[in-house]
Amino acid sequence: METIESIRPLLAVLVTLIGALLIIFTGERHRNLREFWTLLASVLKFSIVISMVPLVLKGNVLEFTIITLTQGVSFQFRVDQFGLFFGVLASALWIATSVYSIGYVRGLNEHAQTRYFFNFAICLSATMGIAFAGNLLTLFMFYEILTVSTYPLVIHKETEDAIMGGRKYLAYTLIAGVVILFAMIYIYTLTGTLDFRPGGFLAGHGSPAALIFLFSALILGFGVKAALMPMHEWLPTAMVAPTPVSALLHAVAVVKAGVFGCLRIILYVFGPEVLHDLNLWLVLAYFASFTVIVSGMYALAQDNLKRRLAFSTINNLAIIVMGAALLTPSAITGSIFHMGSHGFMKITLFFVAGAIYVKTHKENISELDGIGRQMPLTMGAFAIGAMGVAGTPPICGFISKWYLAMGSLEAHKVYFLIVLLISALMDVAYFFPIIYNSFFKSPKEPVNPNFDEAPLRMVVPLVITAITSLILGVFPNAFFNFFNIASMAAAKILGGI
Amino acid sequence: MAVFSKRSVEQELPEKIVYFYCIFLLQVTGLLGIVITGDMFNLYVFLEIASLAGYALIAVGEDGAPFASLNYVIFGTIGACFYLLGVGYLYISTGSLNIADLAQVLPDLYQSKVVLVAFAFFMVGVSLKMALFPLHVWLPDAYTYAPSTVSALLAPLMTKVGAYVMIRVLYTVFKPHFAIELIPATTILAWMAAGAILFGAIMALAQIDLKRMLAYILVSEVGYIALGVGLANRSGLTGAILHILNDSFMMLALFLVVGAIMYRYGNREISQLRYLHRKMPFTMAAFVIAALSVIGIPPTCGFFSKWYLILGAIDANQWVFVAVLLISSLLNVILFFRVIEHAYLEPEEEHAEGAELAIANEEAPFSMLMPILIAAAGIMVFGVLSGKIISTVIQFAVPGYF
Repeated sequence: METIESIRPLLAVLVTLIGALLIIFTGERHRNLREFWTLLASVLKFSIVISMVPLVLKGNVLEFTIITLTQGVSFQFRVDQFGLFFGVLASALWIATSVYSIGYVRGLNEHAQTRYFFNFAICLSATMGIAFAGNLLTLFMFYEILTVSTYPLVIHKETEDAIMGGRKYLAYTLIAGVVILFAMIYIYTLTGTLDFRPGGFLAGHGSPAALIFLFSALILGFGVKAALMPMHEWLPTAMVAPTPVSALLHAVAVVKAGVFGCLRIILYVFGPEVLHDLNLWLVLAYFASFTVIVSGMYALAQDNLKRRLAFSTINNLAIIVMGAALLTPSAITGSIFHMGSHGFMKITLFFVAGAIYVKTHKENISELDGIGRQMPLTMGAFAIGAMGVAGTPPICGFISKWYLAMGSLEAHKVYFLIVLLISALMDVAYFFPIIYNSFFKSPKEPVNPNFDEAPLRMVVPLVITAITSLILGVFPNAFFNFFNIASMAAAKILGGI
Repeated sequence: MAVFSKRSVEQELPEKIVYFYCIFLLQVTGLLGIVITGDMFNLYVFLEIASLAGYALIAVGEDGAPFASLNYVIFGTIGACFYLLGVGYLYISTGSLNIADLAQVLPDLYQSKVVLVAFAFFMVGVSLKMALFPLHVWLPDAYTYAPSTVSALLAPLMTKVGAYVMIRVLYTVFKPHFAIELIPATTILAWMAAGAILFGAIMALAQIDLKRMLAYILVSEVGYIALGVGLANRSGLTGAILHILNDSFMMLALFLVVGAIMYRYGNREISQLRYLHRKMPFTMAAFVIAALSVIGIPPTCGFFSKWYLILGAIDANQWVFVAVLLISSLLNVILFFRVIEHAYLEPEEEHAEGAELAIANEEAPFSMLMPILIAAAGIMVFGVLSGKIISTVIQFAVPGYF
């Protein structure tokens, strides 16, 4: 296990920044060229990230320091297993989302497309920066950039609702940012460093009271983006954004960044030792489990498809945090893997919601009767994604849920196993009717009985992500080596190398 | 700055161009003189040169300017006189006006009432010049009504020079030990500063005129610097000095942007800023970067000075100040996003799906745009280079006492 100097993480971040500049200079007049930059940047970014996988799998860490900011803290990238996992996930899904976005905005003839793609690109750069950040300050920096670049995307439609939604989003995330800043500086005064270390670096520093305070502050801060209750309110409101924005950002980039931040705090800043000493792991796990159950109940009550999906996202994110809090090998593996599997499944579901909207302008579940006959591919993908979220084999969600369940048994806390089972039941309860209605009920208004799908650019990505979810369920290491990376990360954290 | 001024001055002050540049140069001379000199009385002379030039420059602005300038004249002269009194008392007690000399001789005299009074006069006088709350009253009017270039010139510099003088008096002339331990000057300073930060931000929220809003933000920024000075530890002072640099760039960028808007439209009300992102895309982009810096979002330079200030506050165990710093960031968010919302968003009814409104690009002329872009670039660059700046320059500026 060695530390390799490599400029690749920086390149991964820069690719989309340069892409963003190209996009904004190309503008609306040369749409196709502008779209080309988006796609080119996404493919390049993915290849750079994937190229790092073999090295990291061998146990190495890729590092690159840009500049020292202050004593003991530099602006630094360090690609370890966990960071690479997130990087691969985000960049892979971005390719799909780019294609989908193009189909969506053209299908609806949306305004301000250049601004949309510009911000999308910056947002992805920020996500890469978060994934590859080597210390809390670098992560914070990109975290704030992510907030600022996603704001224009949330308010894209510029309606009253959208602007209100955007303001709420900013209020939540920037206040969270301030809390994190404070906690971060305090940690710096305690330890003189902010570098992430598997197994944490806070052991032996600071009084228990200070540590408990810091932990709460940081979880609250990152928990906003991770939509842990009671900081989750911004997420359903943010569904006013165009669907690709909801899909990528709120199923993958922004919320996963929040969860990623939470996990970094739990596993790489505080670590199992400190958390066990203070029993904070149990408190956090209970806290997260509350969100799991309550969000499931909220989801059952929603008629708007995107809102139901939003609450399902909140549900799954809390499961990820809960799993990480359990601090056992299987739980951590399952938690990290779930970041990936949920990403693929959820993005499929959001893509479907968008496809339905573009084709039929329908947003509510009660309107979706019989739509499966018109759009079998789309609804079929939905079925795969939804059943996967519920944890049905052979879709990838099953693997993560299995490991999380094993993890809760390893921690000798059956309570969490029960929570997982209840949430799975709730998943079935709020997804199954959608599937059933769309295929087996007759539509309320006449629906085109022939095959009449949404534009190809939207259908192809969602079918691909659905099939990938399926493949990952059978071969968890297909394409990206997800599972190996996840279990390696877990081993490192607990082994404390 | 001079590059920027050409167009702006031509438009705003057609008859007085010659006089303008003359006084402009005088002003710059004065400011430079203040920072170079090693003598207390010399400093006073240059301070007055700069101030007088400043009064004149402001007075040639729009309606309300002469009165605002008069206000400034009164306050500024009181401030300068207090400073002079301070110098006088020191001279009487020590027989010297040289800063280095005074630093050696004064410690024996710290118990003397005369020296204490001198110190008090200095602090009040400099606070007036620096526009530190609650002695800031002259600033909003003066900078709002002044011609655009003048605001852009004075705002970044005048107050910062005042801050420089304060740091010199506090820590070079009088040893830090005096201000921190013998009398609680730094504590008082820090609380005034906290007041400035919050007051400036809150008043800025109430403004309709963009330039006036910026003037209040300047009051707030002066508060940051004073807070750093008042915290009396290494991190705090580092933050203060760093912020002197950073704030200059931020204010420069912001006031230049307002100047450009004034140039094109003659109107500065925030509610009138519709469509600006189409008409002046680069100018607004620079505005956004400067706004992010004031709020304190990395990697702009504003984040780094805030980092040090917060670090300083934690080191000093002053949690109230930490809270003040954090809350002010949030207030700044509200302030700037209000402007950004107006400038970037278009009312929904006015654009059909997919149509791009045919709004011509009325960007500011190149000679105005260049300085704006350079300032914005500076904000980003200085941010990333903060570490280098501190280790090569600022580290040595902070007295060894800390």
